[in-house]
Amino acid sequence: MQYISNTAEDRQAMLKAIGVSSFESLLDKVPKRLREFRWDLPRGMSELELFREIVDTGKANRHFHDFACYLGAGCYDHFIPTVVSHLAHRGEFITSYTPYQGEASQGTLQFIYEYQSLMCELTGMDFSNASMYDGASSLAEAVLLALRMDGRKKILVPETVHSEYREVVRTYVSSIECEIVPIRMKDSAIDLEHLHKELGTNVAAVVLQQPNFFGVLEETGKISDAAHRARALVIACVNPISLGVIEPPGEYGADIAVGEGQPLGNPVSFGGPHFGFFTVKAELLRKIPGRIAGMTVDKRGQRSFVLTLQAREQHIRREKATSNICTNHSLCALKGAIYMSLLGPKGLKKLALINIKKAQETRERLLRIKGVKALSNRPFFNEFALVIEKNQKSLAECLRRNKILGPLALDRFYPELHSAYLVAVTENRTEGDLERLERAITEAEG
Amino acid sequence: MSALIFEKHSRSEADWLPELGAPEAKILEAIPAGFRRKKEARFPSVSELDVVRHFTELSQKNFCVDTHFYPLGSCTMKYNPKALDAIASMSSFSLIHPYQKAEDVQGALRVLHETERYLAGVTGMDEFTLQPAAGAHGEFCGLLIVSAYHRSKKETNKKKVLIPDSAHGTNPASAALAGYEVVQVGTDKKGHVDLADLRSKLDDDTACLMMTNPNTLGLFEEDILEIAEAAHKVDALVYYDGANMNALLGICRPGDMGFDIVHLNLHKTFAVPHGSGGPGSGPVGVKKHLAPFLPTPRIVKSAGRYVFEHQSPRTIGRLRTFYGNFGAIIRSYAYIRALGAEGLKTVAENAILNANYLRVKLKELYDIPYDGTCMHEFVMAATRQKKKGVRALDIAKRLLDYGAHAPTVYFPLTVEEAMMVEPSETESKETLDEFIRILREIEKEIVNDPTKVTEAPHTTPVGRIDEVRAARQPNLRYIEDQNKEVRSRE
Repeated sequence: MQYISNTAEDRQAMLKAIGVSSFESLLDKVPKRLREFRWDLPRGMSELELFREIVDTGKANRHFHDFACYLGAGCYDHFIPTVVSHLAHRGEFITSYTPYQGEASQGTLQFIYEYQSLMCELTGMDFSNASMYDGASSLAEAVLLALRMDGRKKILVPETVHSEYREVVRTYVSSIECEIVPIRMKDSAIDLEHLHKELGTNVAAVVLQQPNFFGVLEETGKISDAAHRARALVIACVNPISLGVIEPPGEYGADIAVGEGQPLGNPVSFGGPHFGFFTVKAELLRKIPGRIAGMTVDKRGQRSFVLTLQAREQHIRREKATSNICTNHSLCALKGAIYMSLLGPKGLKKLALINIKKAQETRERLLRIKGVKALSNRPFFNEFALVIEKNQKSLAECLRRNKILGPLALDRFYPELHSAYLVAVTENRTEGDLERLERAITEAEG
Repeated sequence: MSALIFEKHSRSEADWLPELGAPEAKILEAIPAGFRRKKEARFPSVSELDVVRHFTELSQKNFCVDTHFYPLGSCTMKYNPKALDAIASMSSFSLIHPYQKAEDVQGALRVLHETERYLAGVTGMDEFTLQPAAGAHGEFCGLLIVSAYHRSKKETNKKKVLIPDSAHGTNPASAALAGYEVVQVGTDKKGHVDLADLRSKLDDDTACLMMTNPNTLGLFEEDILEIAEAAHKVDALVYYDGANMNALLGICRPGDMGFDIVHLNLHKTFAVPHGSGGPGSGPVGVKKHLAPFLPTPRIVKSAGRYVFEHQSPRTIGRLRTFYGNFGAIIRSYAYIRALGAEGLKTVAENAILNANYLRVKLKELYDIPYDGTCMHEFVMAATRQKKKGVRALDIAKRLLDYGAHAPTVYFPLTVEEAMMVEPSETESKETLDEFIRILREIEKEIVNDPTKVTEAPHTTPVGRIDEVRAARQPNLRYIEDQNKEVRSRE
């Protein structure tokens, strides 16, 4: 396939207008020795053949229509109303650029403004940017912001934060003079004693994840108070769906609230693209990374929207910018905004309640199976960890036979947690799914 | 003016969720009171139809490739085949979890692995990572690789990154994020990197030279082989910013020019739509000697199966969760499969042809400060027009009235009244001729009725926007029962 509009005659006419006899003469600046190479690429094909082949490749994937997904850990199988992709996939959104030309981009700018407003309402924070790449890079940028504050060099990062998020933070600060101090966990939550011990004078920020990687609710009020007493910032990394019921970061005084926006209307898509959200208290507004849309007026006095506070950004400040981010995840944030609009205040709470109820039921039922024990009895949202004393290989086979994906074996991230598994339960899981999950675990060899 | 979604008052809510199936109070027993939300989020209460009308109305206020010619320089606003959107949305690719076992996602891993191989072929590099989410993310990744490379050789003096003054702002911002001092290199009279200036700044402390080729003026850096050689002599690595790769597909390859590291913008060259500002994807390719530093996990093929390789002792680490923007990457995979080697070469040829055609035709109206054959884009200057009291910005806004998106204006920063035009390969001669006709019309207006241009746009949903007010009185979110601005409490 080729998607070229010029005909052979057009090309001839254009070459003539340019004043050259052949296309090759337009390449006379390219050194000859660079023109000779062999590239190993396949031949092109028609759209029909392309679909045939891609459908075939897809058959080697086991997907959620055939398998019930109990995997979570930062990426969740939530139901997405049809309207979300129907609207977000309109050509006017999907094929437009970053809204630098405000007058030609009011649609984009207004949805960014609305997205920012919705995120502030959801998190209880004062300001939001227009989106980041994902939850982990948002968290890393929050850490960078904290390190820019007043020269404090320590960041406390609990072991209950998603291991990949901690890795990303380490990568982002690898060229910066600072110290990432791990805080131990106790019974699947932050060890508050250890936290207090490490909270000295040189701590720039305390990171927390709510619910944490194990699905457990951290004691955010206590953590936040302790951090603020040491004049450290609190960076909360939160699951947006949980906030329908769980206390939002604004209510426990977080200074920066970030997280993964995928649960808000974005398909799992093998891990991306999703979006990171980034919200702050008012005091930190001018230190935010990335784009921000603001409301103003046009010369006719009409309400208008425009990208603003750009003096923070790379295209103006270059090496002095608050971040190097340029392209963000606008379309994914749009899906988030449409999804939140469809939920409304009551729907937001109801969705969180359904998740809590299903997760509670699932846990209770699984705990009745011989060889299954709780890893912790702390309160949790829609994800929880269990110890399943079964042969790992046999368990995996039984799960596959019963058309179940997951739960996630935790020794991947915590080698000391043998036979521990993380189970995520969303509104999409049915009684039938649960029965198959029970059967699979029961059938597995001990 | 469209009402905000918060200002709609249908008060009915979409009821797409199933019933709770138990009393709320009973469910809440699982969450001790201290952990619960106290104040309800003030989301709008609107029906599904309200939501559909609202966002459809918003969409209609956008210029986009599907409706308008969009010659935005350095952004490659080409037509992206619709088949790719459908492919990315297939349940076999969109409904799979990143923590499924490798044997359950062989199709997805094949897409990732083969995309890496194709990109290596296109660029002449050896190994690729698809993890970076965007161009700037790729730059950061590349510069961390530079840093890890020099650390591995115990070269602790490498503190500087050289960057041409015409470079995109992300280059210096990424270098700073990776802990480097940025040293700017000038542009010579012909619009190329100033070799003498470069040589004077290239020394043992130089870690890396970042370049775009063709550069942001749309010109091919003819001395690239010599430049790379000079950099390698002081053991500086040469980094290729792939923003302009659309010009080189099948023509020549950065890997053969001496570049050690490249990033590509799949949302420019490889048909991922720009999505109102993202998501994109910024894969990074390296030469063999830098492969050990790539982010983890790697995807490797072993005995006909694809597996994750998590162990890599010298890796720079992880830049994000999971494996990259899969939904974007699969579009590029399908695009490369559809076009094949010959099709990709046709892309570059038509991009170059279209740009040169416009350049030659528009010379009658505009100064072209660095004239000569260009690649896929060129920079013209509204300096003649400025003398008549009309600026590049005014012309950009007036173009909107005529139904053409504006070129990139005031970039690169090195050209006064710059207008950077990139027509892309998918546009027809007919469209380009119409664009030329429009600019001629505007030229007449500049002489006969200049306010028509300086007061433009007139036909867009809003007129020229008060940006100063936006910055001085920030109103960045909606707050009910007050039309007053939320101000920073700074």
